[in-house]
Amino acid sequence: MTAIELSAAVRAGERSAVDVLDEHLARIEERDGEIHAFNLVTADLARSQAEAVDSAVAEGRDPGPLAGVPVAVKDNTCTRGIPTTCSSRILDGWLPPYNATVVDRLAAAGAVTIGKTNLDEFAMGSSTENSAFGPTRNPHDTSKVPGGSSGGSAAAVAAAFAPLAIGSDTGGSIRQPAALCGVVGAKPTYGAVSRYGLIAFASSLDQIGPFATTVADAAVLLESIGGHDPRDSTSIEAPAPSILDALDRGVDGLRVGVLTELAGGPGGVEGISPDVIARTTQAVAALEAAGAEVSEVSVPSATLGLSAYYLIAPAEASSNLSRYDGVRYGLRVDAPTTGEMNTASRSAGFGDEVKRRIMLGTYALSAGYYDAFYGKALKVRTLILRDFAAAYEKVDVLVTPTSPTTAFGFGDKTADPMAMYVNDVCTIPSNLSGHPAISVPFGVGDDGLPIGVQILGPAQSEPTIFSVAAVLEDVASKGGAR
Amino acid sequence: MTWLIEPTLPEGWELVVGLEVHVELATATKLFCGCANQFGSEPNTNICPVCLGLPGSLPVINGTAVKYAMQLGRALQCEVGPSVMARKNYFYPDMPKDYQTTQYDQPTSFDGELMLADGFRVGVERAHIEEDTGKSTHVGGGGRINDAVHSLVDYNRAGVPLVEIVSHPCLDTIEHAKAYVSGLRDILLAIAVSDARMEEGSMRVDANVSVRPMGSEELRTRCELKNINSIRSMGRAIEYEALRQIDLYSNGESPRQETRHWDEAAGRSTPGRSKEDADDYRYFQEPDLVRLVPSAAEIATIDDAMPARPSARRTALRQLVPAASVSVDVIATLVDRGQDELAIAAIGEGADPEKVVTRLQHDLAVDDFSKITAGALADLIRMETTGELTATQVKQVLSEMVDTGGEPGPIAESRGFEAMPTDDLAGIVDQLIAEHPDEWTRFVGGDDGDRKKMQGFFTGEIMRSTRGQADGRAVAELLAQRSAG
Repeated sequence: MTAIELSAAVRAGERSAVDVLDEHLARIEERDGEIHAFNLVTADLARSQAEAVDSAVAEGRDPGPLAGVPVAVKDNTCTRGIPTTCSSRILDGWLPPYNATVVDRLAAAGAVTIGKTNLDEFAMGSSTENSAFGPTRNPHDTSKVPGGSSGGSAAAVAAAFAPLAIGSDTGGSIRQPAALCGVVGAKPTYGAVSRYGLIAFASSLDQIGPFATTVADAAVLLESIGGHDPRDSTSIEAPAPSILDALDRGVDGLRVGVLTELAGGPGGVEGISPDVIARTTQAVAALEAAGAEVSEVSVPSATLGLSAYYLIAPAEASSNLSRYDGVRYGLRVDAPTTGEMNTASRSAGFGDEVKRRIMLGTYALSAGYYDAFYGKALKVRTLILRDFAAAYEKVDVLVTPTSPTTAFGFGDKTADPMAMYVNDVCTIPSNLSGHPAISVPFGVGDDGLPIGVQILGPAQSEPTIFSVAAVLEDVASKGGAR
Repeated sequence: MTWLIEPTLPEGWELVVGLEVHVELATATKLFCGCANQFGSEPNTNICPVCLGLPGSLPVINGTAVKYAMQLGRALQCEVGPSVMARKNYFYPDMPKDYQTTQYDQPTSFDGELMLADGFRVGVERAHIEEDTGKSTHVGGGGRINDAVHSLVDYNRAGVPLVEIVSHPCLDTIEHAKAYVSGLRDILLAIAVSDARMEEGSMRVDANVSVRPMGSEELRTRCELKNINSIRSMGRAIEYEALRQIDLYSNGESPRQETRHWDEAAGRSTPGRSKEDADDYRYFQEPDLVRLVPSAAEIATIDDAMPARPSARRTALRQLVPAASVSVDVIATLVDRGQDELAIAAIGEGADPEKVVTRLQHDLAVDDFSKITAGALADLIRMETTGELTATQVKQVLSEMVDTGGEPGPIAESRGFEAMPTDDLAGIVDQLIAEHPDEWTRFVGGDDGDRKKMQGFFTGEIMRSTRGQADGRAVAELLAQRSAG
């Protein structure tokens, strides 16, 4: 059952939220030992939430659009009194005294928060191999990674541990694992979902978004958590346009562009595998068949996104992660002086990838290097924004693959950070531009593993990109993606 | 104004001082959260996830703090425009996020000035918004950061809104440095954006001090003096530092750039952190906050509500009073007392400017002069000018006006200060001359000493017989007339 169907059944009193929860807890019990989607299953909290939903229904009150639906929450999202680790040793023992805005909104919508999902430490990675608590496995093939950094959330939905999950996306951390795990994942417009309570990786790029098995479920989840939040200064004040209302409007007359540089075109990025390009081409053809006007659109600066991202994101991270100093919370390794204690705590608490990015970012911001690195990356960001604005003069949406390949094996890319970073090449431009993007499953690769197609649109175009994704979902469900 | 004698540097040396003044804004809440901005609470009671910098928390800027900062900028005649918050990255145990949210290349206010009473212009480079840190107390051992057993941190102060006002290195004397800080304090109190108490730390001064050969334009290596707790202490610290540096140069050495800690009790400073291996703060724009863009209307509202600056008030009064007869200090005193408006209005009513200013300076050193109207004051000064009242009588009438707010005419009458016509006075003078021929001879024919002595004798006699109603100046004129005649 989809989340929408489950919620309808619970609201109608046909199913009890506690039963729904037990069914999911049983699946977790059975298989999460192998998958390791969760850092923590909050069964007791979930049960009390489910009971509250059932009593509300019994008393004739509507618990909300996510009534009784289990939702898994990425473990970089603060939950009051419940460990929130970012899959890092540095936050050892820390209990947030407050809920992230999205967690409060989930509760207000009647959702049942079932647990905290694994991630690459501080969301830095594309395979969930950088978790301090061990990797998550891809439910489609447990010898493969689930993608990352929200690998736990993607795997939880793919393994049916929860119909819905919350992730965060700084350079593709929702969309890439969604593609690799064969589920729907979206990064909303920057500012569409409050970041209050999301433990920052790179503040100007981070955005919380939904995982689901269907486009409609992802839309319901996004509508439940989105909207203005006065506690986040970068939150959009204007009301969010309704996504669900527009979901079945189709693509007739819609101008769809293939972003050539990110879809195997000449002068574009290399390393996108032929089966991924084939599915993307097929998806575009399906949209054309459904009435869309298709063209090829060049966004030259899109190829520079990866380089700019790997300066901007580490620079912000180097500052955001300074606070983990052993003074007030989390891991402390004692030493004779405060400075030595800071160093010892951080050395022991952070993993290699986090340290690498802190060093990279510190360097990029340093006096004498700022202009050549961080400053230049900001200029590229401006260029990308300008190029996308020009592209959206010509088309309504752009289509690219989500990930260059299907799920890869453990350890395949850990030895070479650059090989890992290239995973984000198609997803990064949307984070730099602040625009929304959605990944929808569209067929499988030569290895039989899922492939995702990505739809990009201008700011606040969620209703449009979700409706395009819904068309592709429909085509794929009818066997149109092979 | 001051009994202190300006310390002079050894011949041939000139002082160069730039001041960085941190001012706590008197907002109800902190800069980025709703916690109370309150001095003196129990430690760690005004705190929340935001001002503790807990993971996942986000700042939301306090609109009142921004408004106060803009008001201060305009009061210092700064440009006030769009600005951005930035992060200044460095590790410090009482700084919750291990970066300070501040402003860097685009401050709220820049390019301003403050005019001192003597006409000296102090350039203000910038006035930017930033958050305060927590407060560390080092206990046990030696009680200093390097040798204490424990450090206790109070985060009540973390996130309190500050404005840092940076002057150009243009202050050339200790008196100017003191006048600048006290002028800043006057402005802060006048526009009510800070209580500006140095002893509570709501106004903190760091002084960048260097010296150079007199007449040189160079800027030599400076030292930054910290832990200055009063204006007086600042003066002592600057003097000590200037003499120390001159001493070094005189011995063929040079000061090194460093922060120095002023010890008020010992009357000397000790070296702190060397700035040669200066921190690299890796400033970049704060991504959790959006650009601050004041509208033209907001700035206009601030300007409209702005009380006149002390320098402008001094100029306004100065223009009405003959420069030769009234000193800069007198004008500054009246502005400090807030009596400039009354003086200007009385002059506007036709009273003699010099007399108005002198009378207020000498005889109106009171806290509350609100009952005195400009019209009544003008009448009083006019009665003094025409000789209707003597100087002594004017003082008495003015004193009663302070208490009752009455008109000078009725007050003088009720006290029996009848106007004494000059003819009547002349009769009395002539009679006294006739009664005291020996004294009169000494007055007319004696040396200067005799004349002076006898003038005192006759004046005293006249005052006694008129019960003080005679105008001293008229008496002097009559005596001069009679002796010449």
